[in-house]
Amino acid sequence: MFRFLVQRLLGAALILFVVFTVTFFLFFAMPDDPARLSCGKTCTPETLALIRRDLGLDASVPMQYWHYIVGVFAGRDFGSSHCSAPCLGYSFVNHEPVLDTLLDRFPATLSLALGASVIFLGGGIMIGMLAALRRGTWLDKSTMAFSLIGASVTIQFLGVIARYVLVDELRWLPKPEYLPFTDDPGGWTGGLLLPWLTLACVQAAVYARLTRASMIDALGEDHVRTVRAKGLTSRQVYFKHAWRGAITPVVTVYGIELGVLLGGAVVTETTFNIPGIGKLAVNAVANSDLPMITGVVLIAATAMVLANVAVDAVYAVIDPRVRV
Amino acid sequence: MTTLAPPTDPPVAPDPPAADTAPTGLRPSQLAWRRFRRDRTGIVAACVVAVFVVAGLGAPLFAKWYGHDPYTTYGQNRPGLLNEFGFPVAPNGGMSGEFWLGLEPGLGRDVLTQLLYGIRTSLLISLAVVAIVTVLGVLVGVTAGYLGGGADYLVGRVIDVMLSFPSTLFFIAFTPVVTSLLTHPGEQMSPLLRGAVIVAVLSAFGWASVARLLRGQVLSLRSREYVEAARVIGASPGRVVLRELLPNLVTPILVSASMAVPTYVTTEAALSYLGVGMVEPTPDWGRMLLKGAEVYRTDITYMCVPGISMLVFVVAFNLFGDSVRDALDPKSDR
Repeated sequence: MFRFLVQRLLGAALILFVVFTVTFFLFFAMPDDPARLSCGKTCTPETLALIRRDLGLDASVPMQYWHYIVGVFAGRDFGSSHCSAPCLGYSFVNHEPVLDTLLDRFPATLSLALGASVIFLGGGIMIGMLAALRRGTWLDKSTMAFSLIGASVTIQFLGVIARYVLVDELRWLPKPEYLPFTDDPGGWTGGLLLPWLTLACVQAAVYARLTRASMIDALGEDHVRTVRAKGLTSRQVYFKHAWRGAITPVVTVYGIELGVLLGGAVVTETTFNIPGIGKLAVNAVANSDLPMITGVVLIAATAMVLANVAVDAVYAVIDPRVRV
Repeated sequence: MTTLAPPTDPPVAPDPPAADTAPTGLRPSQLAWRRFRRDRTGIVAACVVAVFVVAGLGAPLFAKWYGHDPYTTYGQNRPGLLNEFGFPVAPNGGMSGEFWLGLEPGLGRDVLTQLLYGIRTSLLISLAVVAIVTVLGVLVGVTAGYLGGGADYLVGRVIDVMLSFPSTLFFIAFTPVVTSLLTHPGEQMSPLLRGAVIVAVLSAFGWASVARLLRGQVLSLRSREYVEAARVIGASPGRVVLRELLPNLVTPILVSASMAVPTYVTTEAALSYLGVGMVEPTPDWGRMLLKGAEVYRTDITYMCVPGISMLVFVVAFNLFGDSVRDALDPKSDR
């Protein structure tokens, strides 16, 4: 198990390195001069040269790449200021360290992802299991019809309609906003309730369909048939034996999804104006803020790769057949 | 996921030895068509999809007959259609006998023609992406699976890396890069070129999952007896791939392509919604949703029209995809 984890982590590090390298060269291939963007309206050639030197843009692109990597592991100096490791550079727009901004925005993204996960995993798996156990009945058909619609609706549409009906018209839910948990736990829950429900509604549908399909598969497997033939009660068959087989695909899909969500649920964050990583990315792109874009892509890729490793580990725990 | 049914009926043999005496059966495509015809949901879904396609492609003709186009700002040109705040005067977003689905708040353009032209934008982009992604994915996946060994290992790792990119983030970050590479600063980009950029960016990542699927399928088919037999009698690699493997890969290819269309319609709309997809004045569903989200408090109709259309289209296309899969591959149960 330990060896397996180390192997997977090394592989993950390699993939991250490749993703980072590709990202770096793609973005620094942009013809816009980043120094000019940073310089503002009243820009003299002298300040431009100064900024270029401060940002390390006077070096060649491969040298800039090298400096960036050194910065991540050992820190680097920008002009007069020192940026300690892990240094992801400074934003071209507000000149804040990229890492601080990312860390500042991460709690919002984390809150959104984890809260929604609880709802959609719980709801989706429960619906899927019920549908599989009552296969062919009206319950199965109606929940699956609902999931098809849920899986097809877009967040930007559902979110706005839900906000219009539940917040503006009926006033059942508070206005969606992000308040840090540490400041106001009640406001945090209330403000995120609608974003959670919207995201969960779309996601739960996917998990319900997936759980139903894999539960039906699992119920047909030999070992499940054996325990059934041995005379175990239905409950024991479902919840002691069949669920293991049914849950592995769910874990896989969730692992990938969690990685994506931690890199910023871009559309949800934009729709509800939640200041998370996804919103940060949209703003950074709008402002051509290169170091910020690179930072966001890097943190999102890290989240995704780590989530994949976590899935492999959880897999090994749930499914004895995977442990090799 | 879809499991490929073992090839019970042998793949189209070039010249079956006893063709005359063998009982005349139906070709696999005829069988599939027969199964599809019996699937009522599938037929209805296919009809809905067809209506959308016809409506999208025939949008210019319809616009001519209907007398309005998606670009003219009727509400601003003619007094009495929009109120002082720029919202339609008539109820339900300004629906009337003249403007069937109302007017766009602010600019006062016709909603129905925008919607129809929007189908065209979304559909053409997603179909182009699906075509490119499928061809690339099949080429890479089949080659890797067939060659095996070092080539397969290399392709496998490249696919791993591609699938580790945070794709949505990358779409929004990368579209402006491509745009700026293709245009001079300050220059306006033609809608066609912009569409091509979106297609390129979406395809750059999309092929990886298709390739992975096909590679797996080829690996499992490669060791089947009939493939081995073809190799033993000295068939060229080209023949083995084209005549022995590909006929058995048609089902997974068609299924993955039909499932991908609605996904790319949604993704394209999301890109435009986030401001990196199609821009004014090209009619586009994502752009309509973006505008709709700004004005939803006063004019919810403008949000509902593209939102509900897209929902209906995606649901219908998903159902259609399910039926296609069931018809082609009756053994897969989901």
